[in-house]
Amino acid sequence: MSDFDWSVIARSWSFLAEGMALSALLVAVATAGGLVFGFGLALMRRSRYAVIAALATAYVTVMRTVPLILVLFWFYFLVPLVIGRPVGSLASALIAFVLFEAAFYCEIVRSAIASVRPGQTEAALATGLRPSQVMRHIVMPQGLRAMTPLLLNQIIIVFQDTSLVYVVALRDFMTTASVVASRDGRPTEMYTLVAVVYLAICFSLSKVVERYGKGQRQ
Amino acid sequence: MIVLENVQTSYGRTQVLRGCTATIKLGEVVVVCGPSGSGKSTLIKCINGLVPIDHGTITVDGVPVADKRTDLPKLRTRIGMVFQNFELYPHMTALQNVSLAQIHVLKRSRAEADARSEHLLTRVGLSSKLASRPEQLSGGQQQRVSIARALAMDPKAMLFDEPTSALDPEMVNEVLEVMQALALDGMTMMVVTHEMGFAKRVAERVLFMDGGEILEDVPKAQFFAAPSTERARQFLDKVLSH
Amino acid sequence: MNYNWDWGTLLREPYLGWLWSGLGWTVLVSLGSWAIALAVGITAGVARSMHSRFIPQVAGVYIQVFRNIPPLVQLFLWYFVFPEVAPESVGLWIKRDLPNPEYITAIVGIGLFSGARVAEQVRAGVAAVGIHLMPAALATGLRPLQAFRLILLPLGLRAIFGPLTSEFLITVKLSSISLTIGMLELTAQSRHIENYTFHGLEAFAVATAVYLLIGLAVTALMRAIDRHFGAARFKRAQP
Repeated sequence: MSDFDWSVIARSWSFLAEGMALSALLVAVATAGGLVFGFGLALMRRSRYAVIAALATAYVTVMRTVPLILVLFWFYFLVPLVIGRPVGSLASALIAFVLFEAAFYCEIVRSAIASVRPGQTEAALATGLRPSQVMRHIVMPQGLRAMTPLLLNQIIIVFQDTSLVYVVALRDFMTTASVVASRDGRPTEMYTLVAVVYLAICFSLSKVVERYGKGQRQ
Repeated sequence: MIVLENVQTSYGRTQVLRGCTATIKLGEVVVVCGPSGSGKSTLIKCINGLVPIDHGTITVDGVPVADKRTDLPKLRTRIGMVFQNFELYPHMTALQNVSLAQIHVLKRSRAEADARSEHLLTRVGLSSKLASRPEQLSGGQQQRVSIARALAMDPKAMLFDEPTSALDPEMVNEVLEVMQALALDGMTMMVVTHEMGFAKRVAERVLFMDGGEILEDVPKAQFFAAPSTERARQFLDKVLSH
Repeated sequence: MNYNWDWGTLLREPYLGWLWSGLGWTVLVSLGSWAIALAVGITAGVARSMHSRFIPQVAGVYIQVFRNIPPLVQLFLWYFVFPEVAPESVGLWIKRDLPNPEYITAIVGIGLFSGARVAEQVRAGVAAVGIHLMPAALATGLRPLQAFRLILLPLGLRAIFGPLTSEFLITVKLSSISLTIGMLELTAQSRHIENYTFHGLEAFAVATAVYLLIGLAVTALMRAIDRHFGAARFKRAQP
């Protein structure tokens, strides 16, 4: 135990903070972009045209069955190829995350829409509202309420998922800690810190979700 | 006003409507009755296009409902519908419920819509409940709000799908009174209901349905005195005995 | 997009061999960690559902700690930190004598993370069954522990068959994180091929197809098992 040098944490503080900032950026972009695309995918899955619905379903199935690491490798390789010139790992990772999480947010949005009673849609249509208006004023507001706990849970999962950018050497919180660990030869201190920080953040967030869930049920 | 000709529709492999033909004239009040599963609710929902039909035609105010070129949302502003489960929007107040379609479909201003909504809610006896949410209202009050919501579009006809079936007995009358007042004002109404008292008092004609077909289409007096089909007689016996 | 497609590369040795061995390790890691996840998860889930003062809390701590730390971090803790903080003799044994250390570390790390998630499913399944059946069981004179053992547990476990299938598929996906400690599973091998041949699209496409096949096979298998043994047989009687 006396072999450990915990001051390494203090010394690399700003470096680690930069890593955490990148993790936060990844979560924010993955969630925002993922929600937008996920909503689009959900609408596609509900489309009258079988081809559109099938395409969306295939996309969601693939993204949910394949490991995130493989998806990260895919886009790390594919994005520069498509654009025609080298692209930083951040851009590839952001694209990969948005497209990956979109599949999960799609399922969340779908279950939210399905949770609204069909009678609500019928009643709204009966007053002459168009389907898009019904979605905007009646279904989504109610669906959003149902969706919030699932949404918050998914954000916690996304936050954990961002640690995987380690495999493309992108410097998020986890990767910066591992850099310090190998550079200064202090794996125990650094990885313990990483574990404690993730535990604290994810645990608090899950408690918030729990409390929100209880509040809704009153 | 509403013309149905040989309307057929199925749900999956089950044929729900087997060729229904009827005409409802402007200002008429027609009651549709029959045992569960006879297709009454489906028939009503076909009239405003909520349920698609496989064969036959339905014409509302001269406009064919099932025609691909028909602007269905626009047509639906001419027919109001009241549902068994009220289906008020839970995230809005009574006033907002009644104003929503006025603002977004009829393009009235919020002030104009709210004024009209207040007038209608007063007409159904709920002037004190404008800011209440559905969860704060009793079943009877919710149904009256939903009638106001349908009236807000200035419809030429109103469809009622078992409007009192989900209500506690004490609240049935307050809703039937509103419906009776509407009928006396000259509204064209098609009402699916088990309330035979209402049919006797307010209806002009009765349609009796069973097994997806309209078996009787007669003036109310004739229906209650001497229905021509055996099934209608059986039905009346069971319904009137309690 | 300038790209020379060459699917034939994958059929050539040594690349084909790499893919097969990668698949083999993916299967071994998935099964190994799932075995641990089930053993630990069911135990913890049952413990969490018990009506005592001490045991549920201990299980609760395990669940919260192992759910809220990302699996990659847990893997590194087991691989880098545990040998250092364990008692001397244990640490030495791990560093010197442990056979196949990457494999053992991978299945322990992934297994304990999945185990926490399985525990939560078990707890939820037992609770859902218990709401309806516990009062009925108690009313016939059964003690809480008997009711739990004879009714809640068997039905609760069958009820969560579907969610458990999802957890297994998640565990299969998680097997890929073991590449960070040197495990040459399928994803690692596809990257390996990409590094050697630059035909990354073909390699990744094959890996993707394999994961899809695994997913479809598992889902179909579980559905068949569920039809015979699962909750589908015990659909709640209509009142």
